[in-house]
Amino acid sequence: MLLEANHVSFRYGTEPWLFRHVDFKIKTGEIVGLVGPSGSGKTTFGRLLAGYETPHEGSITLDGSPVPSNRYHPIQLVFQHPEKAVNPRWKMRKIVNEGWEPDEALLEKLGIMQEWLERWPNELSGGELQRFCVARALGTNTRFLIADEMTTMLDAITQAQIWHAVLEIAEKRNMGVLVISHDHHLIHRLCTRIIEFKDLV
Amino acid sequence: MSILEVDNLSVSFKQYTSGLRQHTQEVISNLSMELVSGEILAVVGASGSGKSLLAHAILGILPSNAQTSGKIRFDGEVLTTKLQEQLRGKEIALVPQSVSFLDPLMRVGAQVRTSVRKGKAKEAQKKVFERYHLKEEVENMYPFQLSGGMARRILVSTAMVSGARVIIADEPTPGLDSVVIKEALTNFREFADQGCAVMLISHDIESALQVADKVAVFYGGTVLEIAPAENFEGNGDRLQHHYSKALWRALPQNDFTCEFKN
Repeated sequence: MLLEANHVSFRYGTEPWLFRHVDFKIKTGEIVGLVGPSGSGKTTFGRLLAGYETPHEGSITLDGSPVPSNRYHPIQLVFQHPEKAVNPRWKMRKIVNEGWEPDEALLEKLGIMQEWLERWPNELSGGELQRFCVARALGTNTRFLIADEMTTMLDAITQAQIWHAVLEIAEKRNMGVLVISHDHHLIHRLCTRIIEFKDLV
Repeated sequence: MSILEVDNLSVSFKQYTSGLRQHTQEVISNLSMELVSGEILAVVGASGSGKSLLAHAILGILPSNAQTSGKIRFDGEVLTTKLQEQLRGKEIALVPQSVSFLDPLMRVGAQVRTSVRKGKAKEAQKKVFERYHLKEEVENMYPFQLSGGMARRILVSTAMVSGARVIIADEPTPGLDSVVIKEALTNFREFADQGCAVMLISHDIESALQVADKVAVFYGGTVLEIAPAENFEGNGDRLQHHYSKALWRALPQNDFTCEFKN
């Protein structure tokens, strides 16, 4: 499967164009790194790919046709701040089962303890919450995962644990992963291909 | 010369579990360390291990349901709540984690001027802005008009003009690109070189090591070991504790392993 951005342009309101005519391709099974300075539009580009924003010009396509928006979205995004990505009034069990129901093996692989399922989001640390956000995004119909600074706030051991689990699952299911990060060491460790965002614009 | 000593500090929180039943949870236990003038001590460890609480305990800004035991000494004098209030922002300054700590309705120049204690406020502020390459018009701006990097320089300026002898920086770098990180870290090195003691709280070991003299490894609410920065090299064989070694080896540029499960 091929995810493509064709001549995509975007700006917020009437502000100057953030980027124009961006072309980008990623295949399932690929792990691609996207790097660039703060404020260059990497996050917005990730949001476009995952369908959170609509491009003003150009299109996002999956195998040449528009991405379906009336069912489980095949492109899932994981954000930098997990505490902002969960409903504070839901318990963890409800949060993680919102889109699909991950089995125990997957939860265990991500280091999620069964007792955490009965807790509220404010009773878990950032690292613990982020594991839930990753589990939530890894539904069986996910074809592409976009990891926007997914482990930046976490300590090195948690970071390694989460990434090992994600890479293993991505390989098994032949998923594509786009890694957006400032950490060059991490990108070089994970990715098969690295892109500078400024080269796309 | 040691400026700030933490001696056997414990911090616990009292929480209501169900009904009127109370439960006391210890988050920092039997922690001892010291800050020495001219040195940067990096505090590294897992997120949620209590690093920020240590900073809050030193500044005396813990929430009201917290109980502390043990002693903190500043210049040999035991810190009481009253003394902490006097020293906070004057002798001991915090460079907070988030730029949202700036007052959103006050021009940034004025915010920096409020922390000047000796001499002319206006002059001190102008000098520090020049030093951090902030243009003259910036002093009349409000925080929302600044970029992330500029806002960070304002926070550092505030600590700088206060003439504090102890600087506590709480996670000053996450999510910034390498150029801005480098700049922030250089600022802290300059503070130390002028004779301040700096405590740099971070989970980003790699960037902390660029400037730190010593590294305190934090785990489960206490300091496992305080190692010289140069011991973090190779396979981590010069580190004493199993967790410190695992943390070092888990970095993507090292082995990227997660052998230590908690």
